[in-house]
Amino acid sequence: MHKKISFFLTTLLVLLVNALSAQGVDMATGMRSEGKIYVVVVVVLIIFIGLAIYLFSLDKKLDKLEKNNPK
Amino acid sequence: MGKNWWKILGVLLVSYSIVGGFLIPVPELPILNETIRNTYFHIPMWFAMMALLSYSLFHSIKFLSGFDLQYDTKADQSVQVALVLGVFGLLTGMVWAQFTWGSFWTNDVKLNGTAISMLTYLAYIILRGSIEDENRKAKVAAVYNIFAWVMMILFIMIIPRMNDSLHPGNGGNPAFGSYDMDSTMRIVFYPAVIGWILIGAWITNIKIRIKNIDDIQKYA
Repeated sequence: MHKKISFFLTTLLVLLVNALSAQGVDMATGMRSEGKIYVVVVVVLIIFIGLAIYLFSLDKKLDKLEKNNPK
Repeated sequence: MGKNWWKILGVLLVSYSIVGGFLIPVPELPILNETIRNTYFHIPMWFAMMALLSYSLFHSIKFLSGFDLQYDTKADQSVQVALVLGVFGLLTGMVWAQFTWGSFWTNDVKLNGTAISMLTYLAYIILRGSIEDENRKAKVAAVYNIFAWVMMILFIMIIPRMNDSLHPGNGGNPAFGSYDMDSTMRIVFYPAVIGWILIGAWITNIKIRIKNIDDIQKYA
């Protein structure tokens, strides 16, 4: 399940970056426009969503522990 | 999914505030310049901290009416997460202050008030550590928590409004009035606040569950 999700996310990201950057030699398109601020946005988003996925995996581990330690 | 919807909502709202916070146009003000975007990241830390401290107060009162230790765990863990968010708030605020007010730490009433109330809560944690007996610890901590919460509201919300402060919303000017924040800022700011409160609640939830399992193993 987890592997499927991360595979899906990676594919999505690669496609997104490709679509945004591979538009010929025009420098002011996609990820390169507006002083490349979009690159910063994507970087911060990767860090934040990565942390969120990590929190979810901790949550899942706790679910298991709770099953093994009933009240 | 089901019971986890609020965690996903929190992630989505904060993600939205990151994209919107960087890309949506903001008012062009002198001195502040682009740092006005810090509003979307620095202030939600404080809102999330205060939300968690209020959540903690609620559970301390619940503990005092019935002495059920599970409420004490909730109160304790949310104070711990609230302090972490408070430290983030202080650090981000210090960087922001250096490049707008010219110093990492000004003698602003709100800054000092916040520092005092964070120390008040640090004392809460030290107080807990100094009492061995679980029931006594919980009782003393719950009573202290009510005192600490009132001090926090006084020092962060009331005293800065009665004095001159560099922060907006103090010394008479309205914090969320049209002068400081226009309507395009609100569509990013409010989701950011709600999102960070949800993220804070999620981390607290994880910590409470860890503590519960810890207790089960300790007393098994």
